[in-house]
Amino acid sequence: MARRETMQRKIFITALAWVVGLIVFFPILWTVLTSFKTEGDAINISGFFSTGWTTEAYSVVQSRSNYVQFAWNSVALALGSTFFALVIAIPSAWAMAFAPGKRTKDLLMWMLSTKMMPPVGALIPIYLIFRDLGLLDTRGGIITVLMLLNLPIIIWMLYTYFKEIPGEILEASRMDGASLGKELLYVLTPMAIPGIASTLLLNIILAWNEAFWTLALTTKDAAPLTQFIASYSSPEGLFWAKLSAASTMAIAPILVLGWFAQKQLVRGLTFGAVK
Amino acid sequence: MATQQTRTLGKLAVSPSVFVLFMWMIVPLAMTIYFSFLRYNLLDPNPVCSLLTPGALLDAENRCLAGFTNYYYFLTDPAFFKAMGNSLKLVGWVLAISVAGGTLLALLLDQPFFGRGFVRIMMIAPFLVMPTVSALVWQNMLMDPVSGFFAFISKSIGLQPIDWFTHHPFAAVVIMVAWQWVPFATLILLTSLQSLDEEQKEAAEMDGTPPLSYFWYIVLPHLIRPMTVVVLIETIFLLNVFAEIYVTGTAGPAGNLPFLVYQYGLIANDIGGASAGGIVAVILANIVAFFLMRMIGKNLEA
Repeated sequence: MARRETMQRKIFITALAWVVGLIVFFPILWTVLTSFKTEGDAINISGFFSTGWTTEAYSVVQSRSNYVQFAWNSVALALGSTFFALVIAIPSAWAMAFAPGKRTKDLLMWMLSTKMMPPVGALIPIYLIFRDLGLLDTRGGIITVLMLLNLPIIIWMLYTYFKEIPGEILEASRMDGASLGKELLYVLTPMAIPGIASTLLLNIILAWNEAFWTLALTTKDAAPLTQFIASYSSPEGLFWAKLSAASTMAIAPILVLGWFAQKQLVRGLTFGAVK
Repeated sequence: MATQQTRTLGKLAVSPSVFVLFMWMIVPLAMTIYFSFLRYNLLDPNPVCSLLTPGALLDAENRCLAGFTNYYYFLTDPAFFKAMGNSLKLVGWVLAISVAGGTLLALLLDQPFFGRGFVRIMMIAPFLVMPTVSALVWQNMLMDPVSGFFAFISKSIGLQPIDWFTHHPFAAVVIMVAWQWVPFATLILLTSLQSLDEEQKEAAEMDGTPPLSYFWYIVLPHLIRPMTVVVLIETIFLLNVFAEIYVTGTAGPAGNLPFLVYQYGLIANDIGGASAGGIVAVILANIVAFFLMRMIGKNLEA
């Protein structure tokens, strides 16, 4: 009897959870469904699904508004900022995890505190510096800003991962006469790769969705998808199917990455305070 | 000896990130503070300030030193009170919704049921959506009073559709921002729930503890810490909400402190005033940051 009760309970919870899940997910689902409608259908809801599936909106977005350039900028900014941040962060995190000094903890906390600074506190000087150096609306400029923006999170995340690598293994390899270079290459690197990969994933997500600096500092040449989507806020004619198609393309890669990175999201965004 | 070598190498390895972060934090902040004491407008970079305020001091670039005038004007601007109020209201509402909603959703997701992994992904997804996308999708396809999905639902059950952005623009912004942050709270609280001691769970079950007291005496105390983390981290991010207001054009009714600074600086070109506003925002964020840092610092020792 107890068994049947738990089964009933499980079925009830399954139904409830799916209904709630679908409600939460609905805006995304609706966007995807709308992207396959004609503009006429999009604005005239007669049912959940399109009367005739069409990829018209996608081709219009592709051809009319240099979507590819925006998408390419998003990719370049996300990958570029992540790459440079990792280059700077990996040695730092490695050093703080394996050769901690007296000040390591303070240093980590200080790095974190830079993340607490509201962007508007730096907006005006950065804007003026960029204007004077001709960096406004350039990929290099935005990559630098995004790199600095996420560097504290990256260092923290790498630090918490590196901390989990047992130090005894390093000592053992040192005893065996491995040089520092060999130690790094053969012992540390293979163990650090999962942590680095997770950090990379999280940072790509954060950089891809960043919508303060990218909106304030780009207009056209270096503008990523955040800016491209924002351009739909001044609509012309029927545009919902096009907006949906553009939105779907802008969020799809991140939804896929996020699916892989669920656990890392928690670790990265809480600075290791919740694991 | 090896450790000495490692130490030196370690310092060398840490220095680039310390250097760039120091530059990133100190240089703009110092400039913002300096600008906040200047009469500095981009449209009129060198006003003849001796005419405006006889005997005024000039800086090296002939800009008027303004003392606390910018702060005075910013802090007495009615728009500041409105923006400050909106900032705090937005943070308060979204926090309340996301902690309550996040707890409920996390408890639900912690139960065993069919397709749990898939439902979890659906619930986390909104957090991964680009803010500009979320804002425009909500504004148009969901909340449009004529052809939006909510209007469609209202009409089909015989109700008058709500014109969200005309009559309840602030609530509309709260809803779309909360939609993105409830999943964040859910994800963190769920992670924490799953680390709840299995033995404790079983013991409670054996004793036949009623679900409500189980939640009150065992689950809730366990969740207090992650809840605090959620509140602090969300506060940091929510104080900086910008894109949702920028793309939906709700600056009038829902404009917050970051948006006001943006308006002062990049639209009105009043660098001095915008900088003073920026400093006000920095002070506000620092009060929150102080508590967050203490929490994280404690955890670092543990």
